[in-house]
Order: sequence, then C-alpha cells, then structure tokens
Amino acid sequence: MLFGHASAPSVVPVLARVTTFTIDGLTSRRIAVEVDLRRGLPAFTIVGRGDAAVRESRERVHAALLNSGFAFPQRRVTVNLAPAHLRKVGPGFDLATACGVLAASAQLPLEQLERWAVFGELSLSGELRHCRGALAVAEGARRAGLAGLLVPRECAREAALVAGLQIAGAGSLREVASILSGGPLPALPEPPLVAPAGAAAGEDLDLADVRGHPAAIRAVTIAAAGGHNVLLSGPPGIGKTMLARRLPSVLPALSRDEAIEVTRIHSIAGVRAGGGLIERRPLRAPHHTISPPGLVGGGSLPAPGEASLAHRGVLFLDELSEFGRAALEALRQPLEDGHVAIVRGQRRVVFPTVFQLVASTNPCPCGFAGSVRCRCGPSEIARHRRKLSGPLLDRLDLLVDMQRPEAGSLQSSVATSSAEVRAAVREARERQAARLDGSGVLTNARLSSRLLREHVRADAAAHASLRRSYADGTLSARGHDRILRVARTIADLAGSRRVGVEHVREALGLRQDDAVLGAERAA
Amino acid sequence: MSACDDCLRRTALVAALAPHVERARRQHRHLRELLALADEELLAAIGGQRRGELERTHAAFEAPAARRKLERAGLYAVCRHADGYPSRLLHAADAPAVLHVAGDPQRLTALVHAGVAAVAIVGARRAGSEGLEVARGLGRGLAAAGVTVVSGMALGIDSAAHAGALEVGGPTLTVLAGGADVPYPPSKRNLYRSLVRTQAAVSEMPPGMRPWRWAFPARNRTIAGLASLTIVVEAAERSGSLITAELAQQLGRTVGAVPGPVAAPRCAGTNALLRDGALVIRHAQDALDEALGIGVATALAGRRASELESPLRVLLREVENGRDTVAALASTPGEASSALAGLAELELLGFLRRGPGGRYTRLL
Repeated sequence: MLFGHASAPSVVPVLARVTTFTIDGLTSRRIAVEVDLRRGLPAFTIVGRGDAAVRESRERVHAALLNSGFAFPQRRVTVNLAPAHLRKVGPGFDLATACGVLAASAQLPLEQLERWAVFGELSLSGELRHCRGALAVAEGARRAGLAGLLVPRECAREAALVAGLQIAGAGSLREVASILSGGPLPALPEPPLVAPAGAAAGEDLDLADVRGHPAAIRAVTIAAAGGHNVLLSGPPGIGKTMLARRLPSVLPALSRDEAIEVTRIHSIAGVRAGGGLIERRPLRAPHHTISPPGLVGGGSLPAPGEASLAHRGVLFLDELSEFGRAALEALRQPLEDGHVAIVRGQRRVVFPTVFQLVASTNPCPCGFAGSVRCRCGPSEIARHRRKLSGPLLDRLDLLVDMQRPEAGSLQSSVATSSAEVRAAVREARERQAARLDGSGVLTNARLSSRLLREHVRADAAAHASLRRSYADGTLSARGHDRILRVARTIADLAGSRRVGVEHVREALGLRQDDAVLGAERAA
Repeated sequence: MSACDDCLRRTALVAALAPHVERARRQHRHLRELLALADEELLAAIGGQRRGELERTHAAFEAPAARRKLERAGLYAVCRHADGYPSRLLHAADAPAVLHVAGDPQRLTALVHAGVAAVAIVGARRAGSEGLEVARGLGRGLAAAGVTVVSGMALGIDSAAHAGALEVGGPTLTVLAGGADVPYPPSKRNLYRSLVRTQAAVSEMPPGMRPWRWAFPARNRTIAGLASLTIVVEAAERSGSLITAELAQQLGRTVGAVPGPVAAPRCAGTNALLRDGALVIRHAQDALDEALGIGVATALAGRRASELESPLRVLLREVENGRDTVAALASTPGEASSALAGLAELELLGFLRRGPGGRYTRLL
C-alpha cells in the first residue's frame, strides 16, 4: 500500500503506478499511468488528455481482463495519465492500464512494476497486439533507467535493438501477469542481427535487369557515388521507374546507427512489415497527388512524411511536373538542410530528411521529344520545362536522357550487376570521405561553393573548358558549380586526385540545365 | 521617302475596316481580292451597316494627324507612290498602300531594293529541333552571302531564320502582322529589339494596331512579294506556311522546300510541296544557287570536320549518320562515359547541339 486512508476496513483503497511511453515526434516520452480504486458506484474513467483511442481503451481493458480470467474490481476505478499537459494518442496505453488495474486490485504484485515499463495494445480476448514505435519506446525506457520493457511479441525483436535493457515479448495479458509475478522470461523470437555487409541492399532488384541503357547506368553510378540528385527524362515506359527502383541496390550498405535511425522512423510511421532492423536503404515513391504535409511531414500531432521515410535512402518523384507546386516548394528546406522542422503550437518537432532525390519526367508533353513521333512545338517544350523549374531543378545535378533502345542492342548489351557498381561506388565514397574529412560533409553533392573551391582542384585544361561555356553566359554560376561537383565525382570514380578535362566534359554531357554549349543560343 | 495623303487615308480605312474584313473572310471572301478593291468599292463591299459612318470618317481623314501619330510611335512611312517603296511589291494590285518601318528608313531600301536578292524563309511555329537548326543555318548562309532574309518573326522557323541572319550580322527584314511598333509574338521581344536596332521591321498596318487573324495571311503576301524565292522549312498539312508558298506561286516567284522524314507529320506539308515540284533546298548553297545564279556565291563553309582529331571525327560522323543519342553510340557504361565527354566537346566546338530528348543535332 502506497498511501490511502483506511476509512473502510473491508476495502483498502490502493493506488498503483505503471510506467509506459508515448510517441512524440521521433522520440518517446515517459508516461505514468496511475490507477486509483475506491469505494462507490462501479465506474471506470480515464483522465489525462487522451485521444479517442485512449478513451476506448476502457472497453478493451475491461473485456481483456475478464477474458483472461481476472476479475474487474467492482469499484470506482480512476486512471490518470501523467503528465497531464501532454496529449496522449494511440492504443499503447492499454497494457499499462490493465496492469495498473490488476496491481491496484492486488491481482499482481507491485514490486516488479517499479522496474519494468509496459507497452502494448490489448485485444478483447486479452492478446497483445503490435504497436508502432517500439524502438523509440525501448530507447526511452533505457534513458529512464528502467531495468526492462515488456512489449507485444511482434515488437520484441525491434525493441531488443536497444542494448542494456531487458526486453520481454509477451503474447497475452496472462503471460504479462506471469512475467510480472516473477515468472520466467520468454526467449526473444530471433536474435536481431546486423545484416552481413554486401547483402545489404535489394537482393531481388538488380541493375543487371536494365538493358540497353548504358548511359543511364553510367549516370546512376555517378549519382550513387557522389550522392547527386538525378532527373531521368524519357518517353513513357522507357524504364525510368525500373532504373530508379534499383538505385538503392548500388548505394553503400547502411551503418548500424543509420539502420537504427531508419528503423525508428519507419516503426513510428507504422509503414514497416516484420520486426527487427531495417537493413536496406529505403525507397519511397509517393504519388504525384501527395499533399505538402504528406511529403515532408505534418498533422496536428506531427508525423513523418515521405521525405523522412526516405531518410538515408531514395525519394523517387515519378512525373515530377505533375506534382503540386506547394508540395515541391515544401521539399526545398528538407533538401537543403537534411531535416524538416514542424512547429505546432509551442511544440517543435524535427524529422531528419537526408535522402537522394530521383525525379522522372517526360521530355515534352507528348513524351517523344527528339523523335519524328513528337508533335510538340518548341514553345510547348519550353513550357513543359518551365513547369519543372523552380527550387527543385536547381538541386538536381544530373540529367539522364533515356531513349528507346534499338531491338538489337537489348540482346547484345552487357549486363552491369549491382554488386559491380556498388563496389565502384564504395571506393569513390571512401575517397570522398578521406578528402572531406573534418569538413562535416560526406559526399560531393553536398559541397558548398566554398568547399568546392577548397577541395576540387581541376587542371588547367579542365578549367579552360568550363570557362569557355561559362564566359559566354551559357552556364550560370550555379550550373558551373554543379558541373564541378559532378566532375569531382567522376574523377573519384576514376580514382583520380585531380579533376581532368575528360571529367569536366563528361559532366557537361550530363548537365541538367538548358544551357547551350558553344557560341550560339537558341532564338 | 514619304507617304502621300491618299495612301495614309487608305491605311486608316483598312485599319478601321479590320473587323469587317475578319467577318468577310469567315464568309469565304477572297482576301487578296478584297485588298485589291479601291476605297469606295471596299466600303461598299464590306462596310455593312456602319458604312455611312465609316464613309464620313474616311472623308474627314486628316493626314497631318496620322503623320504626328507615326512620329510619336517612332515609325517612318513609305507609300507606293514614293521612292524607296520596294519595287517588287508594285506589280500586285493588292500591295500594301503604305509600309511602316521601325528602324532606320534608309535600311529598308538597302534590304529590299531591286538590285538586292531577297529570300523568304517561313515554316512551322511548332518546329522540331532539326528544322530550327536548318532554318538557322539557311538564315546564316544566305545573310552571310549578302542575301536579305525575309520572314515574319513568328515562333519556331521564322525566328530561327532571323536569328541565323543576325548571328552573321547579315541583312534580314521582318514583316509584322500588327503595327510595326508592336512586337508580335510578345515573347520575341528581344529578337524584335535587335532586328529594329540593326535591321528593320515593316508592316502595312498603322502604329499600335494589334494583329487581326486576317492580317497574318495578308502579311504573308508581303513576305512572298518581297522575296524572289520562298523557302518553307517545316510545315504540316494545312499549315499557314503553305499559304505563303501558294501566294509566292501566284506572284510567279519560286517556291522551295526543305525535305523532311516522310513519316513525320510536321514535314508532311513541305514534302507535299516537293512532290508538286517545289525546289529542293538542302542547305544555304541550294538557296544561293537559285537566288543569285549557280556558282555566283559560295555558302560559308560549316566547321570543318576534317580538322578534328580522329576519335572526335569518328564520333561526329556517327552522329551525322543518325546515331544521335548516347544510347545509340555506346553499349557499356564505360563507352557511355567517353561518348558523353566526346559529345560535350563537339558541342563546345560548335559542331553539335544537344536537343530535347537528348538527341544531338549537327550544326550547319
């Protein structure tokens, strides 16, 4: 008995306290569930700024208790979720409420509840159901210095990624009661493992499936090596999506810290299947009707958007020109800063958004620009380009024009496997990391103008080549920097310390802007 | 160089009747026949209910006021009774009464006097990148040989032809459908400015006039009339450029056309012209041979491919032979890498241009 007043000797009013967690942005916050029993007309109330799922929790807890063979106390049951100022959402409080009621009614010893946190949703039959955000909850439990965390069995593998915390996965309320009464801990379903290096990304999607697009494969290699954002342009059905979906397979494997970061976000957003660590770089391909909050995150209780779900992976915007202007505008800050801050009232939530952007587009409204099938005039093509322009186009370093391969080249072309490209990409990235050590930047794509001048040494001929197109006004200052960044990556792929004229030329061949090289400009 | 009162009055009448002409055209009246009518006949033909009112205005026309308006707009006028009016237009009964000139009035004489060869280049507004390149090359080659390039400053082929001529600082004249002080289309403002600054823009319409629909075929008759040869670069079937070709033929001028792929709809009109016996124009030399006589002038030689080093020369030949994309030139990523670098170098040297869809076009 913690405290109380012995007014009625037959019933001892008891207050039980159970620790659980609620998700707030990408972290969890400790919540104390207090259950108070006293004499009076039987009633069951939950207070403490809960949402609809929390209010409905009463019915689930009531039924789950009875169906698990426990008695529901015929008393006034008051449940308080503290601290009261935080809004609590979701069904994750079910288990804590149930444990509190059991403890308060002396059906469960109180001692263990001081060491353990519990987290999970109950079904009416008393089974435990999967809940979002188990990883963040486990991290919270460790921060709070608790000894262990009790979660639904499906979440156990994920929660066990946090070291220094005892994790128990239970299947039902009965099992929970036995564990908290000092019974044996069930074994974890499977040991959570870090993936062996190499097998990290997309085993089923391989670059070798893409035939007849050697230039596109070359460009994707460069993009992966330098972390450059790419614009794929080509007629419908040419394989833009196929290529984009294989970009994660050539990117270096996630480090353990990165994998935990990605797992946490996906777990909180509830978009993942299965437990354990996410080892592959994610690829997100939102539909073009997506709203700005859907893309960068938002909602009255901020939830991560597609940009954050693509964190450490690839965000693929198919048919870039079809996306709403507001949605693309909203992507500007995440692209620039690598995170997005969402402010609601007094609260500010930051979601990380370090992703590689791949966008695709038709070269003109009909999609067949450059071939005799195209019926678009230059003004229509210009208008189409203008629709693409704006903040985003500036951030796309590479343009890949894809054309329908000739029938013969499909058979004769040599397949390039993802493993082959991944090895080259890894080497190039190591060179970048060594050169940029201490600058706070890991890839060439994120080089600022200042870092570019500091770290990129081009030989005289290369400079002359760039100057020629720069001096006659065909290449903007931003375009100039873009070319240098890409040229630096090409040199890294070639293992060259200096940026040579051939690297700059290839970068010019993949330039994204409309700039016309040489002396003339279009009328 | 001046315009007489009668001709100015005629111009004002045509401008006042512009909506009536529009309506008459919709009733299938022949535009050139209408424009050939004398003032009273024209009023009688299409004046309709407002005829009396228009007649009174016509009678009360004040030439000094019109001249002041011209001056304010910075335009010069030359009528068909004055020296300096292009003699090639005089044969036609429907020739413009007055040409309004934006730019130096002496330059008009230099551009279209009887001793100067003039070639009209017209074509689709929605042209492909190859067609634009051909038009620009023709403009460049003709202007460099001193032949005046006449066109209408429309989007696409017209503008490309003007731009080509301007590139070599050669003579070019634009004929507008609206007032000579109104750049149309507005997006070609910059082209208009450089044309007026170094060459000239003319129109039969009074200053400030917006272009009516009928003014475009009317403008085309002036273009065709000013040139001894009219070249259509790209035209679909039922294209406005074919009207210019027809007008040129009615005036007894030569019509030429640039052949295009037979499967391309946007070249269907020009290919049909060729089948009907139009002169085949492949490059500026063909046009020069027709306009000046065979062998009189040699078109500026394009950049010489033979000066290139061997890998680039081979690459250029491949592009010329139709392998005009990186995908067609390379079968491995490594080959693509060197093809991209080589193509960029050829672009820098002015041999190629990357067009929409990643196709490279040979510059002429």
